[in-house]
Amino acid sequence: MAEYQLRRTLLYVPGNMPSMLQNIPLFQCDGVIIDLEDAVPLSEKDAARILVKRYLESYKERNKEILVRINGLDTKWALDDLKAILPGIPDGIRLPKADTPEIVERLDTLLTEYEEELGLELGFFKILPSIETAQAVINATAIARASPRLIGLAFGAEDYTATMEINRTKGGEELFNARMNVLWAAKAAGIQAIDSIFSDVNDMEALRVETELIKRLGFTGKCLVNPRQTDVIHEVFAPKQDEIDYALQVMEAIKRAREMGTGVISLKGKMVDMPVVIRSARVLRTARAHGMVDIIINEEDIHGAE
Amino acid sequence: MKICKKGQAGTVQSSDLMVTVEPADALIIEIESTVKKQFEHLIRAKLEQVLAKHGTVSGRISISDRGALDYAIEARLETALQRAGGM
Repeated sequence: MAEYQLRRTLLYVPGNMPSMLQNIPLFQCDGVIIDLEDAVPLSEKDAARILVKRYLESYKERNKEILVRINGLDTKWALDDLKAILPGIPDGIRLPKADTPEIVERLDTLLTEYEEELGLELGFFKILPSIETAQAVINATAIARASPRLIGLAFGAEDYTATMEINRTKGGEELFNARMNVLWAAKAAGIQAIDSIFSDVNDMEALRVETELIKRLGFTGKCLVNPRQTDVIHEVFAPKQDEIDYALQVMEAIKRAREMGTGVISLKGKMVDMPVVIRSARVLRTARAHGMVDIIINEEDIHGAE
Repeated sequence: MKICKKGQAGTVQSSDLMVTVEPADALIIEIESTVKKQFEHLIRAKLEQVLAKHGTVSGRISISDRGALDYAIEARLETALQRAGGM
C-alpha cells in the first residue's frame, strides 16, 4: 500500500505576506495551507494571487505538502485564483464553504481541465473541503464521497459556530455533534479527518487538551494558525512507546494464532482478535510515518492469507 | 504594454516592497531599499526583466524595498502594472 501521508499539522500561511510565505520551507509542520481567502483583504485579492503564483514557481525543492485555500466557488475571485496558482503546481486545494457535494464536484471538473492543460496526471490535484457550516455538517457523508480527489474532510469550527449563532468555547461541548458527523463521514469514506484551528496562540495547555480530545475522537490532524503550535500537536499525535510495543506484540500474537489455525488468541490475559489487530496495524503505520519503527504492515499481516 | 494611470502594489513590511508605477515619456526606475548598497544592481535587473517581459517601455517605476526576494519583486511589479491598466 502507499505510505500513510501524515497530516498532523496543516499551517495557515497568509497569501499576501512574503515574510511568511518564504519561511514555508523552514516550518516543521506536515503541510501548509496558503490562504487567499479570509487572510487577504478584498482590496488585495489580485495582489495575493500573483504573489502566491510567483512564490510557488520559485519554490521547487519542496519538503512538505502545499495546499492553497482559494476563495469560495460562489465568489468572483475563485476562478482567477485557480488560473493563477495551479500552474505553480500546489498539491491540492482547500475548498472553503464546501456545503454540498455539487460544489466539490464542480471544483473536481475545473481541476481536471487544468490537469489536461498542464499535462498532469488526472487526479494529481487533491481537494480538502471545509465543513464549516450547519449545512455542510448535515451533508458531510455525501461530500466525503463527492470526488476521488478528497484527502480528507476539514472541520472549520470558527465559521461553523458563526452559522450556528453560538460562541466557541475552550471545552468545545458545542462542537461535539458536528465533529462526530465529520468523523463518521470521513471514516466511512476512508479519508482523513482534520480538525479546526485553535486560535489562542498563547494558551498551549488548552491547545494540548483540545488536541488530545480530537485525537481520541478520531481526527488525524489539526489546522493551526501559528508555527509555534506545531510541537504540541506533534507530541500529542506521536504514538507512545508502550503503544508501539503492544502493537508489535499483537501482530506477533495474531501470527502465532493463525499458525495454530485460529483467529483469536490471548495476550497477557486480554483477547486479541481482528479489531485489535486493525488498531495495532494503524499504530504501527503511524509510527512508521513518524520514523519510529521500520516495520511495514501489509494487508496480509492484518487479515491473514487465504 | 502601456502604463495608463498610476498603479501601486505591495506593503512596507519586512521582506516586501511597495511599487508605484506612473505614466512617463521615458523609462525611469527609482530604487529605495534597505539593502540598496549590496543589491541595487540585482533589484534593477529584476525590474527591467519583468518590464521587458510585459513590453513596458516607458513609465516612472518607484520602489521602496524592505529586503524582498525576486519572486516578491516580480509579483508586486506585475500587480502594480495590472492596476495601472497595463496588463
